[in-house]
Amino acid sequence: MSQLLCDDVSLGYEGRTVTEHLTFEVNAGDYLCVVGENGAGKSTLIRALLGLKAPMSGTISTGDGLKPNEIGYLPQQTVVQRDFPASVKEIVLSGCLNKVGPKPFYGKEIKQLAQRQIERMGITHLQNRCYRELSGGQQQRVLLARALCATGKMLLLDEPVAGLDPKVTKEMYELIDRLNKEDGITIIMVSHDIAAAVKYATHILHISHTPLFFGTKEDYLKTEIGKAFTDAAGGDEA
Amino acid sequence: MTDLFATLGNYFQYPFVKNALIVGVLIALCSSLLGVTLVLKRLSFIGDGLSHVAFGGMCVASVVGLTQQMLLIIPVTVLAAVGLLMGGKNRKIKGDASLAMLSVGALGLGYLIINRFSTSGNISGDVCTTLFGSTSILTLSKFDVWLCVVMSAVVITVFVLLYNRIFAVTFDETFTTATGVKASAYNLIIAVVTAVIIVLAMKLVGSLLISALVIFPALSAMRVFKSFKSVVICSAAVSVFCSVVGILASIIWSTPVGSTIVAIDLAVFLIFTIIGLTKGNKSFTIQTKTTTSERNENQ
Repeated sequence: MSQLLCDDVSLGYEGRTVTEHLTFEVNAGDYLCVVGENGAGKSTLIRALLGLKAPMSGTISTGDGLKPNEIGYLPQQTVVQRDFPASVKEIVLSGCLNKVGPKPFYGKEIKQLAQRQIERMGITHLQNRCYRELSGGQQQRVLLARALCATGKMLLLDEPVAGLDPKVTKEMYELIDRLNKEDGITIIMVSHDIAAAVKYATHILHISHTPLFFGTKEDYLKTEIGKAFTDAAGGDEA
Repeated sequence: MTDLFATLGNYFQYPFVKNALIVGVLIALCSSLLGVTLVLKRLSFIGDGLSHVAFGGMCVASVVGLTQQMLLIIPVTVLAAVGLLMGGKNRKIKGDASLAMLSVGALGLGYLIINRFSTSGNISGDVCTTLFGSTSILTLSKFDVWLCVVMSAVVITVFVLLYNRIFAVTFDETFTTATGVKASAYNLIIAVVTAVIIVLAMKLVGSLLISALVIFPALSAMRVFKSFKSVVICSAAVSVFCSVVGILASIIWSTPVGSTIVAIDLAVFLIFTIIGLTKGNKSFTIQTKTTTSERNENQ
């Protein structure tokens, strides 16, 4: 059974459909990249997968031991977060909230869990620093550590490299790749960056108002649309 | 200077001065705790809007002739707060517009009602007192004091117990909801508590100046401190300090309580801004030093 299954899902706002007939599944250990133009419904899909928005029709279900609240989420940065007075430790700990139950405070085990994620992301030396003083790449690592506190199974990343410089972008992709390959965490990444999608992902979902493609990376590269994109990317390099 | 303390000592023999200080400290503490969350959630003006609703409620209460006006004002304000904070995303009129509408609407209607139907001989005096809080803090009834003590105790307990959740909801509501925490429930609690604080604070500074109690301590603390916990603690300390100094100053120089507290809050904000600027530069140099030393160690 797959970890996440979308069956003929249609998404939209106030009766207006953004995207329809989405059918795909994500298995444990997959690295799915969701690509598509602006307005194709990528952000709407994210909200639906996180359970923040009900689909207009169709079903989204989780299985294989994954509970709906065990999808760790790396959001695009909001303006509020950028000037928020909070230390790295405080933010990472806040990811553990779904593990404390009705207790008002974090216990020792929870604090150790947060500490392990901080070490895993290589930001131990920054843990008492203020979040808003960090660089873009460091901030992404903090939010990634927070997401890992919430789950050890599946990460949903919304444009994780937006606004990062090329060197940091590469480091970020490699970090995500390690989480996928070494720790077996399922990755769903929404991205504009087709070149990276093709390089790292195992599966591609290309959406527009109707889904254009879902399948493995290898099959994607053989399709017309995949060729068009990779040719364009290749053209840029030449 | 000794004269000053002697005068103060004299004043402390009166129970109404003690009451004013107790209520002042508690309200300052509660409003500053919540203020940090409200400022960070971009809701700084909610205090202003809700206090105008509370003013409207008070006008109705006084025309109807209720003896314990709080019993009407608190529920009305709580309802308004819940409507404003919860309705959020799906409404036709956006947040700031609906807040402004509610705020001036309640103020206008409230004044109309009290002007038309009040039996009191001194309408403008009553209204001025509610708007600026002038002397009402010195004329607190026993009921007011007890209500304030109980409500403050509830607010502080709620805040401490929900501290971690309030942080998470304030920092990133989407993430918190996505990981299965009921963020909307905590937003509701924040809305209710905000309304209660504002009604209580109306006694202290009047409904026009309440925003000052909510935002100034939080903003001051944010100039200097950089973690959420330190901002909350500093904000509470600043707020209590300003209120105590403000109340004492207003007694000594017979100035209006509310405006005096706000003036001191403003002064402290300016001082903290300057500290923040100088400290900001310093911490920057310290950081660059450590990074160079780290680099040396690595080599």
